[in-house]
Amino acid sequence: MIYLDNAATTKTAPEVVEAMLPFFSEYYGNASSIYTLGAASKKALNQARRTLADCLGAKPEEIYFTAGGSEADNWALKAAAEAYKEKGRHIITTRIEHHAVLHTCEYLEKQGYEVTYVGVDENGIVNLEELEAAIRPDTILLSVMYANNEVGTLQPIREIGEMTRQRGILFHTDAVQAFGQLPIQVDELHIDMLSASAHKVNGPKGVGCLYIRSGLKLRSFIHGGAQERSRRAGTENIPAIVGFGKAAERAMRIMPEKIRKETELRDYLIQQIYGKVPYCRLNGDPHRRLPGNVNFSFAFIEGESLLIMLDMKGICASSGSACTSGALDPSHVLLAMGLSHELSHGSLRLTLSEENTREEMDMAAEAIGEIVGKLRAMSPLYEDFVKSEKECAPENNTGERQPESGPGLCAQFMTDGKG
Amino acid sequence: MYSDKVMDHFQNPRNVGEIEDASGVGTVGNAKCGDIMRIYLEIDDEGIIRDVKFKTFGCGAAVATSSMATELVKGKSIREAMLVTNKAVMEALDGLPPVKVHCSLLAEEAIHAALWDYAEKNGIVIEGLERPRSDISEHEEEAAY
Repeated sequence: MIYLDNAATTKTAPEVVEAMLPFFSEYYGNASSIYTLGAASKKALNQARRTLADCLGAKPEEIYFTAGGSEADNWALKAAAEAYKEKGRHIITTRIEHHAVLHTCEYLEKQGYEVTYVGVDENGIVNLEELEAAIRPDTILLSVMYANNEVGTLQPIREIGEMTRQRGILFHTDAVQAFGQLPIQVDELHIDMLSASAHKVNGPKGVGCLYIRSGLKLRSFIHGGAQERSRRAGTENIPAIVGFGKAAERAMRIMPEKIRKETELRDYLIQQIYGKVPYCRLNGDPHRRLPGNVNFSFAFIEGESLLIMLDMKGICASSGSACTSGALDPSHVLLAMGLSHELSHGSLRLTLSEENTREEMDMAAEAIGEIVGKLRAMSPLYEDFVKSEKECAPENNTGERQPESGPGLCAQFMTDGKG
Repeated sequence: MYSDKVMDHFQNPRNVGEIEDASGVGTVGNAKCGDIMRIYLEIDDEGIIRDVKFKTFGCGAAVATSSMATELVKGKSIREAMLVTNKAVMEALDGLPPVKVHCSLLAEEAIHAALWDYAEKNGIVIEGLERPRSDISEHEEEAAY
């Protein structure tokens, strides 16, 4: 099996599993208990909190453990909206956020808040001028993701942080895809709230955290006991939190080497795909993207078919096709970047880990080329395209025409009306 | 997610291709929803479907329903082909996940669109056949924004 879906989830690292196990069997105490067994859990909880704080350049009391990234996003947005409603009821976000942010914003709209969804350029980078122009006197919160989960594009977080600081607006960033992949310092970037998740960085599923800058008066998200400074009640999931701490520690330790290796593999895979598949387009910024993210659209084919055929060859990947999500429309991210429905349906996301190899990249590119060719042979859109090409250029009609690929041709292809 | 029959017809689709100078060609669906099916029919003087080919842009279910629909109408009379409903296609595939039922509707429509084209070309009326509801040309402007 070749696993190329690390943005969906990652393999739990052996050292993480090992760190977690004693907290199921041996140290199963409740961290709130007074006796020694409970104290062991409390100590592990504090240790994990300190590790997470160190990763972000934050204070331990600014880290709140949650059941994952989606909970952190929900908490940040709903609580900030409620806490600052006297100041205003206007929120700004982008059109390419994760659904945990977008659907929370839609919920808040139903509660009487106004939300401005700022667009992105063709590479998926948020438009700073549009962002600044959207700010109103009643704007209370700005939420922009650190890195996009589909196309990997990194957002101008530093510039946004400075802007929100100057304007006195809260700044939340969904850093689920970036945490542990890139160095993030919340003070340097003027981030007020940040969501992170463990299972994207070789930690366990079902645990994440919300960083809340000290001084922010946000209501508790789950009411009950005094856990998490009374802001998130419920007995702490100690094994998962210990696992998160270990995964974060590991991520920081291997980060430079991981970035170097993934970036190299990513760029190699991109070149291999360009070389093997005509009429394709790299989605997202070629350089300002996550080290492990590759996202292509292949014209004339549909993503789910591609995924099933890749799976039959033992390759795990994902797509922005509507069929893969059960929704009617394809990826909102690709559509916001200006891609046609057809190219959005024909998208493929490959997300790498430091464990992948060059051989795997070769095998994946080879398989993609073969499958795309097979799907195009049965695509009415490709049939129409080939016929229109023949009509346009009858002199090229001799023998099998193998079109070249690459960014140049893609750009041309994108603008010829077919895209 | 898919039945073995769906997977079989997706992996080994029957009757993929084109028919030159086909008696009837029908294309339905649009790129917006992510499914486009085109069916070619070769119909002899007796009104028997001698050959059928298809091309499909779409998910696994779209390919499988196209393949099964072509199998169900091959060698049949026009009247028999009119009885190939989406339900029949679904049953022949041992069912489809609920979100994929529209694929089978599209397959039925593609057959009807090809028959409609045949009827128009030959100036005949096929009993019970209505003008195809969705046609790719109607959606082209919408898709090419």
